[in-house]
Amino acid sequence: MLTNIDLKKAQAVTGAEAVANAMRQIEPHVVAAYPITPQTPIVEYFAKFVADGVVRTEMIPVESEHSAMSAVVGAASAGARAMTATSANGLALMHEIVYIAASLRLPIVMPVVNRALSGPINIHCDHSDAMAERDSGWIQLYAESNQEAYDLTILAVKLAENENVRLPVMVNLDGFIISHGVEPVEFLPDEKVKEFIGELKPVYPLLDTEHPVTYGPLDLYDYYFEHKRQQIEAMRYARKVFPKVAEEFYAISGRKYDFVEPYRMEDAEYVMVALGSTNSTIKYVVDWMREEGHKVGLLKIWMFRPFPKEQVQQYLNGRKAVVVLDRSTSFGAEAPLYEAVKSALYEASARPQMGSYVYGLGGRDILPEHIRQAFEDAIEGNLLADEQRYLGLRE
Amino acid sequence: MALKGWKELPIGGVIDEPGKSREFKTGNWRVLRPVVNLDKCTHCMLCWLYCPDMAIEITVNEKGKPQMLGFNYDYCKGCGLCADVCPVHVIDMKPETEFLKD
Repeated sequence: MLTNIDLKKAQAVTGAEAVANAMRQIEPHVVAAYPITPQTPIVEYFAKFVADGVVRTEMIPVESEHSAMSAVVGAASAGARAMTATSANGLALMHEIVYIAASLRLPIVMPVVNRALSGPINIHCDHSDAMAERDSGWIQLYAESNQEAYDLTILAVKLAENENVRLPVMVNLDGFIISHGVEPVEFLPDEKVKEFIGELKPVYPLLDTEHPVTYGPLDLYDYYFEHKRQQIEAMRYARKVFPKVAEEFYAISGRKYDFVEPYRMEDAEYVMVALGSTNSTIKYVVDWMREEGHKVGLLKIWMFRPFPKEQVQQYLNGRKAVVVLDRSTSFGAEAPLYEAVKSALYEASARPQMGSYVYGLGGRDILPEHIRQAFEDAIEGNLLADEQRYLGLRE
Repeated sequence: MALKGWKELPIGGVIDEPGKSREFKTGNWRVLRPVVNLDKCTHCMLCWLYCPDMAIEITVNEKGKPQMLGFNYDYCKGCGLCADVCPVHVIDMKPETEFLKD
């Protein structure tokens, strides 16, 4: 995506500052947050915008993430545009209310600065926090760069608030790598962002006392199932609406988003699939190996939930081999991204060979040599669909 | 009350009309049914006072005195508090199975 940035207009900022500025431009009615490494600078920057009167947002410094998500759920039910941000154990502490936010169909947008879940305690990047919320009913987007973290935060508001979607969105950005790393970011003018997201049109706002409604009543065997079915349908709509929202974002930014980003895929025989910032390293390795004549490519996943099965099938059907990189693991089962990709390819007419590689847990560095090794395994026909391998792990 | 399908329901489990709980007939939870012998009832209103729902039906007569009429079986869950507090023991708790033929 860096190629689409006008460096003359860009500013060198951390991902956290980029996301905080997206929040400044969105100017939610309510932000409730609790600081946790490495999300902290997002909230710090945003709190300064509030203190300086740059935004009119009601900022609620709560006593825990469980309260942060609860306050945001309350605000969103009342009819407010509400946001929060968190990481790792903070997200885990929110879990109960994360599930409720989706179930109540509240279009909350939450940047998640991905960090390994305890224990043992660790503050560095992996995707175990977001993967623990995989089935919570939230849309999940993953950013590769600071620019993407900024763009996707803005785009997420429009996706979440679509009348047929009405689902919360997690914008995932890799802890420290994106949140604290400095990169050029091209900011959109404030008024363009405001025009793009428009006014929130609340559905069943609690503060509309002329039309009293009840949120969160007991929902037993007679109706709960129907409400879950509605959420399933909303995810289907999210898949339908996302390309339109991305198209509108392209019109104001010149930056094109999609479910997936294919990189040097035209004639690629060996394709890697990954989430987040590691995609930049994979692109570097793809270029390096392409120079040597290897037909390698990358399919970056921007949207993990709802999972873009159709696009995955379309891009991967008929390739010689597919290598999936996961920055998290599912104890006793296949890693989450591998499982999703492999399951999608069950229906493919020409199934590729497949390999699963877990890397980077707890912030372990992923090096170009590791990625090259996985590609070489694929090229040598040395992949086993049922074997999970590890990059950068000491034996 | 016919149950609605998922396409007809408001999203998020929201109840979009006030006072809808009246339509939710909780009386079908009942296992024991209170039955009163009105010939012996003293209309003391203790059952009305203690009923945790509002399932004791009463009226006020010409003299301004409250009169026990019976039970609202749409909402009475059969907890038996009325029978327990009745000072003249004229409320019997009978198994619902005895009324199945009705």
